[in-house]
Amino acid sequence: MIEVKNLNKSFGEKHVLQNVSAMFAKGRPNLIIGASGSGKSVLMKCMVGLERVDTGEILYEGKDFANAVYDEKKAIRREIGMLFQGGALFDSLTVEQNIMFPLNMFTEMGKEEKLERVNFCLQRVNLVNSNKLLPSEISGGMKKRVGIARAIALNPKFLFCDEPNSGLDPVTSRVIDNLILEITEEYEMTTIINTHDMKTVFDIGERIVFIYKGKKEWEGNKDQIRSANSEALAEFINASVF
Amino acid sequence: MNIFYHFGRYLLFIKSMFSRPEKFKVYYQRTMMEMNSIGIGSLPIVAIISLFVGGVTTLQIAYQLVAGLVPKSIIGSIVSDSTILEFAPTITCLVLAGRVGSNIASEIGTMKVSEQIDALEVMGINSSGFLALPKITAAIIMLPCLIILAMVLSIWGGMLVGDLAGILPIESFLKGARSTFRGFTVTFSLIKAAVYAFIITSVSSYQGYYTTGGALEVGTSSTRAVVYSCVMILFADYLLAQLLL
Repeated sequence: MIEVKNLNKSFGEKHVLQNVSAMFAKGRPNLIIGASGSGKSVLMKCMVGLERVDTGEILYEGKDFANAVYDEKKAIRREIGMLFQGGALFDSLTVEQNIMFPLNMFTEMGKEEKLERVNFCLQRVNLVNSNKLLPSEISGGMKKRVGIARAIALNPKFLFCDEPNSGLDPVTSRVIDNLILEITEEYEMTTIINTHDMKTVFDIGERIVFIYKGKKEWEGNKDQIRSANSEALAEFINASVF
Repeated sequence: MNIFYHFGRYLLFIKSMFSRPEKFKVYYQRTMMEMNSIGIGSLPIVAIISLFVGGVTTLQIAYQLVAGLVPKSIIGSIVSDSTILEFAPTITCLVLAGRVGSNIASEIGTMKVSEQIDALEVMGINSSGFLALPKITAAIIMLPCLIILAMVLSIWGGMLVGDLAGILPIESFLKGARSTFRGFTVTFSLIKAAVYAFIITSVSSYQGYYTTGGALEVGTSSTRAVVYSCVMILFADYLLAQLLL
């Protein structure tokens, strides 16, 4: 489980996150939704340590990540996998080398064992026979899948997905959503998805946090979202669903 | 104030590189790759520049020595001393700042804007150390080797041009070169090479690492890396000459 308590983050005079508190359930997909510029990306960056918080706590199974020293942060980060918006694949490495990268860095596995793990991860994201391709040779949807395969290579406890559907066609978006859901359930990961795709929200939104102008405006699930007592949320849903 | 901000951030960047490597073997492999890229990859340009600098220096010194009383062997002395002390380390490193510096800044800058550095950080890897330290280590090892090669080729070029152009025979050139040779000048030159190697790679890595934006900003970072590296090299050149000679 991940818990965020009274998180504040400013960039200069701009108060981007204001006293945000939320809880993200273990083994389930948790969604952070909100309009562009609402602060949801900053919240996710704070949670994985890419941005330093001004005040507040981020608890990974009770361990405070936000105020931890560098080595403690590193240890927690090794239990985190992240799928970036653009994939963030190392463009000079092949698909196989990309997935093998965390294994090379953090395990003492032999070459055969690593290759076996890479092939397993590729199979899990339905990408076989793509080992030798470079990121520049694969499609956007494939990049996301390779990103997921790399993120799960070390069997992380926590999976973060930053706008996993951005730039993808509707069919591929659903495939990626289902893949994330399957992996979350299969490995009992605490998955946090940052999105503004309402189809994703209604498909897999078991726990949703709505961020509006840097504040947590609403928290609930997909069944409660339409009846939520929030004008901003209603406007956000109505603008997206047609 | 901007210059102090950047200098402070540069020092913090350098400090951040020196944490314990996540896996020594990976760092070793990366250092070997960088040694190949920075060292072996720069051989052709270093060879061409050195040969021409030596040759042209011989021709220009001969042109300036119009008084008949000065022995021709002095040309060998001037060419070899100026090559060892200044031309080989400084000119070669200024050129390498262009070749190596822009390459490093654009490589790291592209990784930054495409979130690859964020991916390293989220994995728990010290990104500055992982990306910059192997490059700095490789350059500090390889640049002195390249400078030794540059010295040899430059003096050889000067000697060859002197002989082919009928200015002075090879024996006279070598006699002059040997007459004023001091071993410390080579040591001094190698110290300069190591300092320049650190400047080129660290300044370029810093510029790349703090790139924000897109393709245009990567280009700007690359240009800045070359310009700042060159200015820092010239500044260090003066400082080292003042301190060590």
